[in-house]
Amino acid sequence: MVIDMRTQLVRTSTELLEADHHMAVVLADISVDRFEPAFTAAPGRVVNVGIMEQTLIGVAAGFAMEGFRVVAHSIAPFLVERPLEQIKVDFAYQGLGGTLVSIGAPYDYGTEGGTHHAPGDVQELLAIPGAEVIVPGTAREFDAVLRASVVNGRLTYVRASIEQNERSHGATPGRLEVLRGGSRAVVLAVGPMLDRTLEACADLDVTVAYVVGIRPFDADGLAAVVGDRPLVISVEPFYEGTMAAILTEALRSVPARFVSVGVPRRFVTAYGTPAEHDADLGMDVAGIRRRVTAALEG
Amino acid sequence: MDTRLGIDHVRASLARMTGDEKHEESSTSTLDALWVLYDRILRVDPSEPTDPDRDRFILSKGHGPAAYYAVLAAKGFFPEEELAGFLTWGNALGSHPDRHQVPGVEASTGSLGHGLPIGIGVALALRAEGRSDRRVIVLCGDAELNEGSNWEAILLAPSLELSALTLLLIDNHSSSIPMGPWRERLGAFGWDVAVVGGHDRDALEAALALRPGRPNAVIADIPEGEW
Repeated sequence: MVIDMRTQLVRTSTELLEADHHMAVVLADISVDRFEPAFTAAPGRVVNVGIMEQTLIGVAAGFAMEGFRVVAHSIAPFLVERPLEQIKVDFAYQGLGGTLVSIGAPYDYGTEGGTHHAPGDVQELLAIPGAEVIVPGTAREFDAVLRASVVNGRLTYVRASIEQNERSHGATPGRLEVLRGGSRAVVLAVGPMLDRTLEACADLDVTVAYVVGIRPFDADGLAAVVGDRPLVISVEPFYEGTMAAILTEALRSVPARFVSVGVPRRFVTAYGTPAEHDADLGMDVAGIRRRVTAALEG
Repeated sequence: MDTRLGIDHVRASLARMTGDEKHEESSTSTLDALWVLYDRILRVDPSEPTDPDRDRFILSKGHGPAAYYAVLAAKGFFPEEELAGFLTWGNALGSHPDRHQVPGVEASTGSLGHGLPIGIGVALALRAEGRSDRRVIVLCGDAELNEGSNWEAILLAPSLELSALTLLLIDNHSSSIPMGPWRERLGAFGWDVAVVGGHDRDALEAALALRPGRPNAVIADIPEGEW
């Protein structure tokens, strides 16, 4: 049975809490009911701080300061954007490791309005030195990514989403996977954008590569597949252009052209399902095909 | 702990640190409280500053750390000669303390409103490890408590029954917005509050003795002009 990433978060975290007495989970009123068995399984190591996102991060950092492997979890805008300074100061500046797991980005809560959307989360975290960003594409990939990040000793953002791909891949952060070959461009699909990217590019002469690691990013892997005058089209489930600096750095030794197929940089004010937002923002199959084709012709 | 050097020596050593005059009052306001902590309260060993069995102290406000550095040096966390390099290139002693550069500093601070939430996490971690007898003391300034993050933590700590946590508030009346009365305000949130003179070292020692049951708050009052 296919489960969603949020359910996987609870399952994996609970297993880790039971196996590792130096593991803790800090919540801020989100997903608390789902974690009820974990409160019992790991008393004192699963903490709900209430609706206090600055304190969510500070408390998680306190656990990390004492050597705990810690997961902090909430909805993306409240996990990343409200306490961004706490992420910078309490974790990154202190040199502490911890795993921040969000749900809901970029606009999974499609009827809730712009306050609950976070297409800017990844770019905001990339501005923090040392922060790693992983965007898994399936619940199985999420499980592998979470298990690895909890023990990696580094500040890691794991972005869970409602949307997921049908098939799981290796999902090793820092490793790009080529799924099909072509000659006119490399289309780089990030996390949950893979299935729709493959469908959109089905009859186009392009290479499609898959990546979950935004930082660390597989710069060598990309350089190996693009050739010496590359066109790279990134299909990103966050604000368009977020990956520009990463791709520029990865291909610094060759003349390259980049096109981003991402979420347009405007507030999303309509109300509807994620699929309806995708269609409106050019992030569905038709929209991706239109934008990739335009890039190939440009 | 090295107790050969007294507070008069520490007060004199403050003169070796120049260049942060705008925070001088912030520094001198904390001196007696910091001395009492390191001389009489905290179970810390300068030869093992990361000993798991130590008490934890976080200088949340970070501002005016000259007194903090002087006390740490007097207690043997690092050589006193380093005080002369305060704020100079290549020296570890900046105008906000850095845990990676200064032995004995638990948290790198300076941006206001971070220490108390971190302190709650530290206290929870210690409790989860069965070390609830270890204390976590967080020093904040009265103006620092303008920051809303502190009030999140002030609301949260009593509900978690964190009796090992102490808020040491230096009230030198520097807040642009009147913040008191502390006993009533913090008491209403569930803290066990004591208010003492901020330069009265015996009173500070008595107030900082742990009062079990609820998170403790010790208000060290420093009247204007007596910084």
